[in-house]
Amino acid sequence: MNKQAEFKNHQREIFHFQLRLVVSIGFVLVLLAILLVRLVYLQGVRHSYYQTLAESNRIYIIPVVPNRGLILDRNGVELARNYSGYTLEINPNKTADLDATINELSKLIEVSQKDRKRFKKLLTESRDFETLMIRSRLSDEEVARFAAQQYRFPGVEIKARLFRDYPFGEKTSHLIGYIGRINESDMKLLEDSDLDANYRGSDYIGKTGLEQSYESELHGTTGMEQVEVDANGRAVRKLSSTTPVSGNTLALSIDVKLQEIAEQSFGNYRGALVAIDPNNGDVLAFVSKPGYDPNPFIDGIDAQSWDELNNSPDVPLNNRALRGQYPPGSTIKPFMALAGLSFNTRMPEQTIGDSGVYYLPGSSRQYRDWKKGGHGSVNLFKAITVSCDTYFYGLATELGIDNIFNYLSRFGFGKKTGIDMGKRLENGEFDGESLGLLPSKEWKMKRYQQIWYPGDTVSIGIGQGYSLVTPLQLAFATATLANNGVAYKPHLVREVRSLRSSENRFIAKDPIYDLNIDPAHLDLVKRAMVAVTQPGGTAVYASLGAPYQIAGKTGTAQVIAMKQNEKYDAEKIDERHRDHAWFIAYAPAEHPKIALAVLVENGGHGGGTAAPIARKVLDYYLLGKVPKPLAAAEVKEASEHD
Amino acid sequence: MTRRQLWQFLTSHIDLPLLLGVSLLLSTSVLVLYSADNASLSQPINQMRNIAVALTCMWLVAKLPLHYLMRTAVPVYVLGMVLLIGVALFGEISHGARRWLSLGVMTIQPSELMKIGVPLMMAWYFEKNEATLTLKNYLVAALLLLLPVALIARQPDLGTALLISASGFYVLFLAGLSWRLIGIMFVSGLASAPVLWSVLHDYQRHRILMLFDPSQDALGNGYHTIQATIAVGSGGILGKGYLNGTQTHLDFLPERTTDFIFAVYSEEFGLIGNLILLSMYAFVVVRGFTITGNASTYFTRLMAGSITLTFATYAFVNMGMVSGILPVVGVPLPLISYGGTSMLTLLLGFGMLMSIETHKKLVKT
Repeated sequence: MNKQAEFKNHQREIFHFQLRLVVSIGFVLVLLAILLVRLVYLQGVRHSYYQTLAESNRIYIIPVVPNRGLILDRNGVELARNYSGYTLEINPNKTADLDATINELSKLIEVSQKDRKRFKKLLTESRDFETLMIRSRLSDEEVARFAAQQYRFPGVEIKARLFRDYPFGEKTSHLIGYIGRINESDMKLLEDSDLDANYRGSDYIGKTGLEQSYESELHGTTGMEQVEVDANGRAVRKLSSTTPVSGNTLALSIDVKLQEIAEQSFGNYRGALVAIDPNNGDVLAFVSKPGYDPNPFIDGIDAQSWDELNNSPDVPLNNRALRGQYPPGSTIKPFMALAGLSFNTRMPEQTIGDSGVYYLPGSSRQYRDWKKGGHGSVNLFKAITVSCDTYFYGLATELGIDNIFNYLSRFGFGKKTGIDMGKRLENGEFDGESLGLLPSKEWKMKRYQQIWYPGDTVSIGIGQGYSLVTPLQLAFATATLANNGVAYKPHLVREVRSLRSSENRFIAKDPIYDLNIDPAHLDLVKRAMVAVTQPGGTAVYASLGAPYQIAGKTGTAQVIAMKQNEKYDAEKIDERHRDHAWFIAYAPAEHPKIALAVLVENGGHGGGTAAPIARKVLDYYLLGKVPKPLAAAEVKEASEHD
Repeated sequence: MTRRQLWQFLTSHIDLPLLLGVSLLLSTSVLVLYSADNASLSQPINQMRNIAVALTCMWLVAKLPLHYLMRTAVPVYVLGMVLLIGVALFGEISHGARRWLSLGVMTIQPSELMKIGVPLMMAWYFEKNEATLTLKNYLVAALLLLLPVALIARQPDLGTALLISASGFYVLFLAGLSWRLIGIMFVSGLASAPVLWSVLHDYQRHRILMLFDPSQDALGNGYHTIQATIAVGSGGILGKGYLNGTQTHLDFLPERTTDFIFAVYSEEFGLIGNLILLSMYAFVVVRGFTITGNASTYFTRLMAGSITLTFATYAFVNMGMVSGILPVVGVPLPLISYGGTSMLTLLLGFGMLMSIETHKKLVKT
């Protein structure tokens, strides 16, 4: 009985155990099923996803930055070039104590205060994991010295890089501009235009001048090297590569020798000069004085130098040729004369009596001529030659502001010339120029909520009042006049040369419009402009001894308004309040090869300071004559007052 | 001794099917290690030495009659407890955990010993009280389990503590712990989860959190999981081929000869290879369950069942962790991962299985 019970017990126990065993087997089967589902999911369903991840783990794309295109003048002289050199760079992410590292480095290699400041600035602007330059242009000896001690400086390395260099420095600063390190806002713009892929690895981008406006030509196409890397980022082998395509070369219409002569001719004066070939729109010289040395901007100018440039009363960073806006003064008179002839407001031989003062009909307000007592009997020819204000007061009043606006805007006043400088827009045009100001009734209403008064028109006749022009606009208008009303869009770049396809693209060659000016009107005005530089004219010294004929016009732009009975006395006025001097010219008068506009800030009268500068430029361009170095001031007072 | 006698001496008490399954897995280990060690022979050779030592121990244990095996239970368990207390008091700290005990000439990890010691002790205890099992006996057995587990969890070595808990729980389960109690344990386990969470170390919590979103910490704790999952997934159906795993050979996989060796295997041999590997494990487990079913005594049944289930659990936990469904708990892939200690522990277990299978006829039932 007992034994049987024990046996039964045992049987039942075996049965229970086997039940548990079955449950155990079931449990293991569940575990197996879970694993199988997971593995089928990872290796079957999601295989391609993980395959991509594994590939991106192992394949690293190293961008190969293309060489930036060169900028040459019309004769092939390099204005922007590249040279290779060594830099000392620090990876802030691999360097524990930056200050200590730099101090230690400075015992080995000279690190100036400027270098440190620039480095700090780079540090605040830097993108992700890049290395930042602490010193550039290392000498061979410095490279060797550092190489021997490199083990002491983790995260510091020597890199070979191509540097941009502007050999003409400040002489071409406003023309060429400069490149600088890509900052966050540049990056944002690149991303917005889907260009960021092509800038992988690029550190620099054009910031101003032609470097900016032709960025898309100059940058080139970034190449790629596909390498297999291990988990430590070490390249194991190269998988494939595409070579970078160098940026295109820009061949400018600028003659840098002419540019230099123009620049030097300003002496210590501030101002601008734009010279254009009227037959095709080639800009031959493009000067804004003072300039600045663009080279320190490339790797980030230090704050102190930047402040000096930025806060200087001479505003050297302002591109006066492109963006400086000044009243045109008397340089507007030839264009006003053409307007008068065109609307039959004045007949060529019609004369007026100039007593030195002009009164609006029914008004007692005086509009004085620059010459006390006036010029006597004046016709259109004489009005231009002696720059008679009274003649043009009357002409403007009779033309009316609407006609003036319509006619002058055809010469490009108050509009962009379309020159290839400034930020490039999506439609291919450039956004850099100032518009100047060609006033109209609508403009005044919009700007001042006031109607146009007849008195407003009077001073427009002599290029004062609301009128503003840029030196570029005036040069363009002069070129159009010189070319008998056939206008060419001014351009700084004549040709874009591709190294790869050896294909050359020419920039705009066709005229943009023909003003269809009556040849008789043109002939009269042009003859008058020649007479300006002849005895009896306002710029007689401009053509003294020249073997070719110069057509020109002087101008004076008031900086401060004169009171009704006040007399202008240059000696008594603070230098910066003196009038700006203008001179526009083209030569040779019969078949113009060059047209230009010169502005000398606070230069007084156009014939005295601006015309001699123009003469030197013309002499070089037409005769190949290099002037002796001399200051513009030497010929001051050589000309009759404007 | 004739050749026949020598053969007899070598093969007696060896379970050939189990030996076959184990040998297949061990061969795989050497093969995969060669790849995981970047085609170097140093780790495969060391591993072969580990295997030789462990196989010898297995062979010896297999020859050991069951009553000897039972007699070792108490001394092994007591020794293990002493060493664990020693670790808690004088242990060496490495990687923030106190797991090793220096014995002058060598350092040992007593928790490894308890992987065998705990189920052995529990099975022995149930065998002793087989005739009169009451709830009290289950409670005592549970205490025998919880004491070492608590010490190991304190080290902290959560992975080993959980696995030893599992092996102990399997003994309790096979010993007939009532379903009601299992249910209560399960529910109270869930209820104590918040408490458990609060006593976990930060890095342990982190590992569990990483499981839900490894990308949160892609370069830190999530890195292992992410890279291992990529390796497994990129292996695809056929795998990238032996020695061609890019995750493996370009150093993206961490700990690829030890805990993450399954990722190496999966990357190079793909889903097909994984099915073969799972079949090998299944074969060993099926044989283990067969031995369990054939076992003649209460002790041997409990012991064999626990060893087999624990082995299956190890394999599941490791593969689950590498393929990203379980937290990273530092459990090697049984019989494949590089390392001598776990190899020895596992093969000692298989030696016991063989002894159980081959000595049963000699024991009175």
